Amino acid sequence: MRRAFHVALWGCAALGVAFLLLPILAIFLRVSPATLAGELNNRVVLDALAVTAKTNAIAIALLLLVGTPAAYLFASTRFRGRALVLTLLELPLVLPPAVAGIGLFAAFGRTGLLGSSLDVLGVSLPFTQAAVVLAVLFVGSPFYLRTAIAAFESIEPDLLDASRTLRAGPARTFALVALPVASAGLGAGAALALARGIGEFGATIMFAGSVRGETQTLPLAIYAEFDQNFDAALAIGALLVIASAALLLLLKLRLPWARSASISPFSAARSTSP
Amino acid sequence: MGPLSLDLTVQRRSFDVALVLALERETVALVGPSGAGKSTVLRAVAGLVRARGRVTAGGRTWLDSERGVELAPEQRSVGMVFQEYALFPHLSVRKNVEFGRKGQAELLERFGLAALADAKPGELSGGERQRVALARALAPDPAVLLLDEPLAALDAHTRGEIRGELQLLLREADRPTLVVSHDFEDAATLATRVGVLVEGRLRQLGTPAELVASPADAFVASLTGANVLHGNARRANDLTELELPTGELIRSTDRAEGDAVAIVYPWEVTLSRTPPDDSAQNHVAGVVASLVPVGNRIRARVGPLTAEITAASSERLGLHVGGRAVASFKATATRLLSESRG
Repeated sequence: MRRAFHVALWGCAALGVAFLLLPILAIFLRVSPATLAGELNNRVVLDALAVTAKTNAIAIALLLLVGTPAAYLFASTRFRGRALVLTLLELPLVLPPAVAGIGLFAAFGRTGLLGSSLDVLGVSLPFTQAAVVLAVLFVGSPFYLRTAIAAFESIEPDLLDASRTLRAGPARTFALVALPVASAGLGAGAALALARGIGEFGATIMFAGSVRGETQTLPLAIYAEFDQNFDAALAIGALLVIASAALLLLLKLRLPWARSASISPFSAARSTSP
Repeated sequence: MGPLSLDLTVQRRSFDVALVLALERETVALVGPSGAGKSTVLRAVAGLVRARGRVTAGGRTWLDSERGVELAPEQRSVGMVFQEYALFPHLSVRKNVEFGRKGQAELLERFGLAALADAKPGELSGGERQRVALARALAPDPAVLLLDEPLAALDAHTRGEIRGELQLLLREADRPTLVVSHDFEDAATLATRVGVLVEGRLRQLGTPAELVASPADAFVASLTGANVLHGNARRANDLTELELPTGELIRSTDRAEGDAVAIVYPWEVTLSRTPPDDSAQNHVAGVVASLVPVGNRIRARVGPLTAEITAASSERLGLHVGGRAVASFKATATRLLSESRG
């Protein structure tokens, strides 16, 4: 009886792992590695790669620039309605991507809330690279903000107070103590946001379309090539698997360090000794 | 370096902390139970918590609620050593010390930190961390030095040595210094005057010797390490007799009437196996509850009393936990304090 239960546990575990890994392995096993590598030289793939890299780089830069100070404020200030604001910030995490797409359209589209104001300025966002950036930013930023707020909150308050008594004002304290001490957590948040941003599909295809060389990112290119050139779609898939795995690895390697850097010197002592 | 004078009130959820204190170039320690508001006083002087009242230091006004003056921490001139030292984990010892002011090679040398200058705080021992924290606080040459439980984070076996080291460093620093501690012995070693803070109020302020010789109340007495025995006092001949709840009588040359406490220090108590025939008026027989070695002495708990005797005496008497002993002390070494009813 006990043996049967044991076998059942291992059976379920093996089934689960196989189910999750099989589609990923299939991408690499369906055609030869040489074919995969060759398809990476395909014009469509290269264009999509360029669009993805550019839009995500801009989105991450904006996210770090605006999101980091915002996260510091949310972590260090208590105000009425803070819990509500933090909960609303997480809403894009659970929102279906199609809703994100229609929402971006309703806000920034020609007939949207801000559409006429943007029109006056001669700016039209939908179906441009800027639209891709907005879509990526919208779905990725909750990942960064959540992690960054947690990273700032875990800084020992005495460290910030010590900086103040050492004649550093709030801005210097933020730059010289809070940022470096929280850096590992901020890096982890940025990696999560990047992973989500690179894979963004639903909101982008609705709000930015799928114009080759302009708004067609790697996930959109997979969809476009799906019935045109299946090998190219597979090659992009392989590329994205490798990029995602690399980000995951980065997170796993960096996080233990993140834990020791932000807490008291006593626990840091334990983790730095070999 | 001018004096530090404070007259401040900090509102807290449970009680207000209110303190009036003036320090010359000396070290004053605030002792008291945890939660008494000791750290709050330091944080208020540093400007890290909001306070009302007046704080002046080094000839400048840091806080004057009536005139609307309230300087931010970075505008005051305080050096603060935090309870767990709060060293910046991402910076080397040198960069920690030079955080407030650059060019501290001489200070690093004087604090014996030159060899550790490139180490990160995580690689240091407790005593080394404490020195880095103190050097970092002193680097900008602050008008006032504040230390929050500077010895609490240390192991028991290094504590005594580091306490002596810290005492010397504080004397060299030679400026108004406010130390917070929950331990009277630490406070008495580091400070010239000790203030006892209970529930946000100063119960007594004096030199360590004054606090031991004439504690203001039973709490101060027990904080300084005295035995405190509650009972009922009445005059008997030339002496006062304090009847303990157990029926035993304690005699003292002090005067008291009604509810009172007898205060006797462990080093005034002698132990024997049978009641001795000597000049001591007070003999309390009891079971030996514990024998704890402290340095070259033994702290023995007999009935309601703690006695400090030498290890040699303990051996000669054959004391063992669970055995019986008689604790004796003189009526002249027994202080009495009346206790207000209720």
